[in-house]
Amino acid sequence: MKKEFQIISELIEENKRVLDVGCGDGILMKHLKDNKNVDTRGLEISKENVQICISKGLSVIEGNAEKDLQQFPNLSFDYVILSQTLQAFYNPEKVIEDLLRVANKAIVTIPNFGYWKVRLHLFFKGTMPITKHLPNEWYNTPNLHMCTIKDFVNFCKKKNINLFKSLALHEEKVSNISLKNLNFKNLLSELGIFLIEK
Amino acid sequence: MNTIENIKKIIIEKPLKLDCGKTISNYPMAYETYGKLNEKKDNAILAFHALSGDQFVTGTNPITNKSGWWSYLVGPNKAVDTNKFFVICANVIGGCMGSYGPSSVDLKTNKRLGTNFPVITINDMVNAQYNLLDFFKIEKLFSVMGGSMGGMQVLQFVANYPKKTKTAIPIACTASHSAQNIALNELGRQAIMADSNWKKGDYLNLENSPDKGLSVARMAAHITYLSQKGLQEKFGRKLQERDDLKFSFDADFQIESYLRHQGSAFVDRFDANSYLYITRAMDYFDLIKQYKGNLSHAFKDSKVKFFIISFTSDWLYPTAENKEIVIALNAAGADVGFIEITSDKGHDSFLLDVPDFLKSIKNFLEANY
Repeated sequence: MKKEFQIISELIEENKRVLDVGCGDGILMKHLKDNKNVDTRGLEISKENVQICISKGLSVIEGNAEKDLQQFPNLSFDYVILSQTLQAFYNPEKVIEDLLRVANKAIVTIPNFGYWKVRLHLFFKGTMPITKHLPNEWYNTPNLHMCTIKDFVNFCKKKNINLFKSLALHEEKVSNISLKNLNFKNLLSELGIFLIEK
Repeated sequence: MNTIENIKKIIIEKPLKLDCGKTISNYPMAYETYGKLNEKKDNAILAFHALSGDQFVTGTNPITNKSGWWSYLVGPNKAVDTNKFFVICANVIGGCMGSYGPSSVDLKTNKRLGTNFPVITINDMVNAQYNLLDFFKIEKLFSVMGGSMGGMQVLQFVANYPKKTKTAIPIACTASHSAQNIALNELGRQAIMADSNWKKGDYLNLENSPDKGLSVARMAAHITYLSQKGLQEKFGRKLQERDDLKFSFDADFQIESYLRHQGSAFVDRFDANSYLYITRAMDYFDLIKQYKGNLSHAFKDSKVKFFIISFTSDWLYPTAENKEIVIALNAAGADVGFIEITSDKGHDSFLLDVPDFLKSIKNFLEANY
């Protein structure tokens, strides 16, 4: 299991109810279910991935977060997870609102567009950056709303969303993001992992 | 001889109060089973058949000598593996394959019941079939599954008996029969009743049956089970054993010939009155109304694990209607998975060789057993 999922898993206590939005092939869900006795549900857009999840005994609904999150009642989960998909939505602001309606707490991870390699790529090459976390060309990327760690922190401040925990991931190493080191982490981290609550 | 008299039946003594107000008791229910019930009795699956189905799920139907209606899905080493699971299926009440229905004989008059048979509902069908659990001494089923009207029975079963099954698989169905579907059923019923041989349903006591009417009903219904794309690809404008149009009303086109065949083959195995009663039961099905406008109340506190399946080209029970069930289950906090299978084969997809569909059922059953 990738480091990002390990970190997310550590943020979730045992026996909780968790919705994984964009759960992919269900690796994280299965881990939470098997190791933390978490009651998991998934929402996934790819039919192929839904089939894989079903074969793992996971309860996954085929659907699109922007349309299908609304079916979940208020606070029907303890945690909702959104891993590296926020940037692919038409309306990320509305999705975040919905996440925090469905659950008390949301764990949101974002590929950091402020990462130095991304900046250098754009600065020197003058073309849209391609990195490990952003592997697609500009013309076939699903990403519509790229943001940086700093953007996301500012967004939360503006929307009165409480940043319960802010973590930076760089080459398998995890560290805390604080207001003091924000500019620094924004430059040196590939991924931001945020535990937020309303 | 494989006649309708010697298929497996239980006589249900326990009175059943029907939704129409009447009570029935000592009525026959015909059933078939596949595989073996294990010692723990935890491998039983109750399959519900659709409008034109019967208890002969797989293998050769001894009455029609054709393959069972779910032969692609159920059998040894198939998606529903009968080496592992014990599959039970009963003919619904109102049906014509040995269970209590309009073609049953009224012992008082010694005549066929015809329209003296009470109007039944999906709820009545399910409550009648529930007696099978007692008969087999099964405390809890592993699964209940069915497509179309079978799916409606799955939903009703879980609403009525939430503790009696571990999992539930409603396929290509709805929680509330739509206006379009009521309209299509009414078309079929009117075709039967317009046949002068119908005689207000008394035909079984007379000489001729309303074969023409039932055949037209089946032809119309059969179109609704397919998709525009499927029809076009299979038949297009291909002609039936002729080089050019004949400028007559014979079956010039293959699709005409195909539908006529579907119609006449159906008449040989199905009773017209059963068609009226069963389509009526489907039309009356409205689980939302049963739960006072809130479908999620039907699944309140349910511990059943649901897997809902729809098909992209099904316009009779479209994905949106299946998703309404998913939404209600989520609103109730129930455990639910959902997938829409890509298929051009229309509503009939659930009966056909659609590999993604078969795979999804196999995976769901194996992962949860």
